[in-house]
Amino acid sequence: MKLNRRQLTRRQWLGGMFALCGAAILPSRLFAATTTAFKATDTKAVFQDLFGDLPIEESDAVHLRTPNIAENGAVVPVSVSTDIAGVESISLIIDENPNPLSASFNLTADIVADISFRVKIGKSSTVRAMVKTSDKVYMATREVKVTIGGCGG
Amino acid sequence: MAAKVKIRGKLSGSVAKIKLLIPHPMETGTRRDADGNVIPAKYIETVTLYKNDKEVLTANWGASVSKDPYLAFQINNCATGDVIKVTWVDNLGETGGGEISLK
Repeated sequence: MKLNRRQLTRRQWLGGMFALCGAAILPSRLFAATTTAFKATDTKAVFQDLFGDLPIEESDAVHLRTPNIAENGAVVPVSVSTDIAGVESISLIIDENPNPLSASFNLTADIVADISFRVKIGKSSTVRAMVKTSDKVYMATREVKVTIGGCGG
Repeated sequence: MAAKVKIRGKLSGSVAKIKLLIPHPMETGTRRDADGNVIPAKYIETVTLYKNDKEVLTANWGASVSKDPYLAFQINNCATGDVIKVTWVDNLGETGGGEISLK
């Protein structure tokens, strides 16, 4: 069958629309869980949004390094590392912040599970490092005392 | 276009140690200026890192990452000449990035 010009463009148009729909739906579904987790206002809700029903276990294999006392809550150096194999993501939760979830890193096999960055901590708080594998979530916690807050003036 | 991301890469064996400094205000949206007006939120939501155009790390951030974010991490199986690229997008849709090749 020979397609005339009009049929061809209609097919292309349809194909294009399908591709667009697919492109629009896929990422929004993928990112939905993390974006709601960032808007959550308590730690429990963050756990639910990020990990669903996965069991959470405290583990010595997760190393969370923070200062004990942060003189300036606006810049608190944090680093998370782990010896656990098959890490999918590393997240940092600061319980007392307005939105506890601070950062969530999706790792690939090429990345060493050792990440350092800096966060704001509003007031003295429990800080949790969460390491997610395919079937379990490992957690390490630390208390950080803040003498000058990092949120608000 | 925002100021460029500063990237430092150091190769030790096959592991590349990468450090990033991204110039960005990271406003939480809860602070007020001297007149009591709320300063609107402006913070980086997603940072993506590529090694030779292959995605190796995605960071999703909230507003509680510090101003001018610093990020350090390590990439396995790197060699001289590999290109490390970073791009970011903030909540207002502004983007930025940078790249280096490992020496």
